[in-house]
Amino acid sequence: MFSVASTEGKIPRVKKQSEFVAVARRLSKNSSAVIGFVVAVLLVLMAIFAPLIAPYPYDKQDLLHSRAAPSAEHIFGTDELGRDIFSRIVYGSRFSLSIGFLAVLFSSGIGMLLGATAGYFGGVVDDLIMRLIDVIQSIPHILLAIAISVVLGPGFFNTLLALGFGMITMACRLTRAAVLGVRHQEYLEAATSINASTARIIFRHVLPNSFSPLLVSASMSIGNVIMAAAMLSFIGLGVQPPLPEWGSMIAGGRSLIRSCPWMVTFPGIFIMLAVLSLNMFGDGLRDALDPKLKK
Amino acid sequence: MGRYILRRLLQMIPVVLGVTILVFTIMYFTPGDPVKMMLGPDATYDQIEEMRDRLGLNDTYFVRLGKFLGNIIFHFDFGESWVYNTPVTTELLNRLPRTLTITALCILLQVILGTPLGIIAALDRNGWGDRIGMFIALFGVSMPNFWVALMLVLFFSVKLGWLPPFGLGGIQYYILPCIANAFPGIATQARQTRSSMLEVIRSDYITTARSKGMSEMRILMRHALPNALLPVITVIGNGMGMMLAGTVVIEMIFAIPGVGWYLVGGINSRDYAIVQSSVIFLALAFASVMLLVDLVYAFIDPRIKARFAGQTRRKHHSWRKQHV
Repeated sequence: MFSVASTEGKIPRVKKQSEFVAVARRLSKNSSAVIGFVVAVLLVLMAIFAPLIAPYPYDKQDLLHSRAAPSAEHIFGTDELGRDIFSRIVYGSRFSLSIGFLAVLFSSGIGMLLGATAGYFGGVVDDLIMRLIDVIQSIPHILLAIAISVVLGPGFFNTLLALGFGMITMACRLTRAAVLGVRHQEYLEAATSINASTARIIFRHVLPNSFSPLLVSASMSIGNVIMAAAMLSFIGLGVQPPLPEWGSMIAGGRSLIRSCPWMVTFPGIFIMLAVLSLNMFGDGLRDALDPKLKK
Repeated sequence: MGRYILRRLLQMIPVVLGVTILVFTIMYFTPGDPVKMMLGPDATYDQIEEMRDRLGLNDTYFVRLGKFLGNIIFHFDFGESWVYNTPVTTELLNRLPRTLTITALCILLQVILGTPLGIIAALDRNGWGDRIGMFIALFGVSMPNFWVALMLVLFFSVKLGWLPPFGLGGIQYYILPCIANAFPGIATQARQTRSSMLEVIRSDYITTARSKGMSEMRILMRHALPNALLPVITVIGNGMGMMLAGTVVIEMIFAIPGVGWYLVGGINSRDYAIVQSSVIFLALAFASVMLLVDLVYAFIDPRIKARFAGQTRRKHHSWRKQHV
């Protein structure tokens, strides 16, 4: 009786873990992916526990100590209003990271739906969706983001939408290709034959089996979105001051670059750290998900 | 070949129309009234209405779209600036050469620096050359170009005083903007060249060349490079798009009056006619570049040429595709 119970308990668990464990094991052997993952996790933790880590509130002005060079009191120095740059960077990670993750989540979600619809139905639906995708793709991503962001106005969610919209194309193309790849597999025929609904077939069978290229491209895009978001705030769109967005912090320090270069240097280093760590992790994830690709 | 060019040209039409309609439609929803901005706060109701009629702002969406499209296609006219009341097209065309100069110089940098970096990395696979090269490339794609630009200014202009920090003038004014803008391009080029090179190196014809005693240098120059560099041409096309878009911030930082700075100026003065036209203009420039890249690609790659040649050639093509 015990043995029966234990096998019952074991079988589904082993089955569920196998793929994930294999990928995680391959990933853990790739040192640059591990470093990237650790740095990214540290940055996320920094964003979550920002009030505990930051020594000062991000908007606390100290005009007596404005434009102070990095010191023990203000390790990254202060800006023209005497606000502590380190604290602003710590709080700023909240905007940058969450815009990165959420914009990719948004675009992947919509792109997957569109791509799956196009690939599954084919014909006119496919043509319509893919021509629209072609058009969106022929506008450089950042220009499209600028146009949308001008229309929607500044703000966190508007920036998120502006950046996510142009990236729908990639998720859509990848999902469509993957769906076309699995479309004539026997298990879909089996699902159709037991009268599963189209939506169920797409969500339960098609999408899970075409997920991995999308996961790789999504993990690689987060870094790009973070950079694009910084650029939008740098030119005066996107998340606006006095909120401490990394890109707008750099824009704020631009005119003072001669006298206080730390105002520009440190936010940029953190953008680079975030993007670099996500890219390293994404590279590793690609190799781990598809060992055949690694040459 | 002629048929291919023709087909590719025809494919441009829906893209041009699509891009224009999409951007127009997005910008159609811009909040705020341009007329009130143009006439200032003292304008009377009649004046505003008259101006709205003159600009066609009282027309329906479809009429306005039709007029806008017609003006671009038949007269190459992108409309008027709301704030300055000047034709946008003249501004754009006057500024285009500077933007194109930056873009072209960046592509040049991308090719002459990125390609060797990728080749070295591929030849020294998993060795130190590979690791260092790819680490640099990874850094290159992870730094925002505007920050790189400011760091370069800080180092080469403020600290060393070697190069001018901004402005227009001789070639020395273009050095920093181009390096800053080309950075991600160089990195992408190196990564792409490396992976394409690795693929080619493992092909049968390289083994054959080696087995007949050809020198490694000759194999590289005669067999590996020409085949490896073909897919890299596509990267150059995409790079063009990236650089064109990148000029927006780069021109702003270095005060170079190109299309990108015009666009940023439009954003800051809320002159959305400028924003709309510049975005469309840059997108069309990008589409033209992609067309050019495709044509060059077809011209260089015998496999694409063969697809549009006679029957026998086509058989040859399918054979190569299977075995190469």
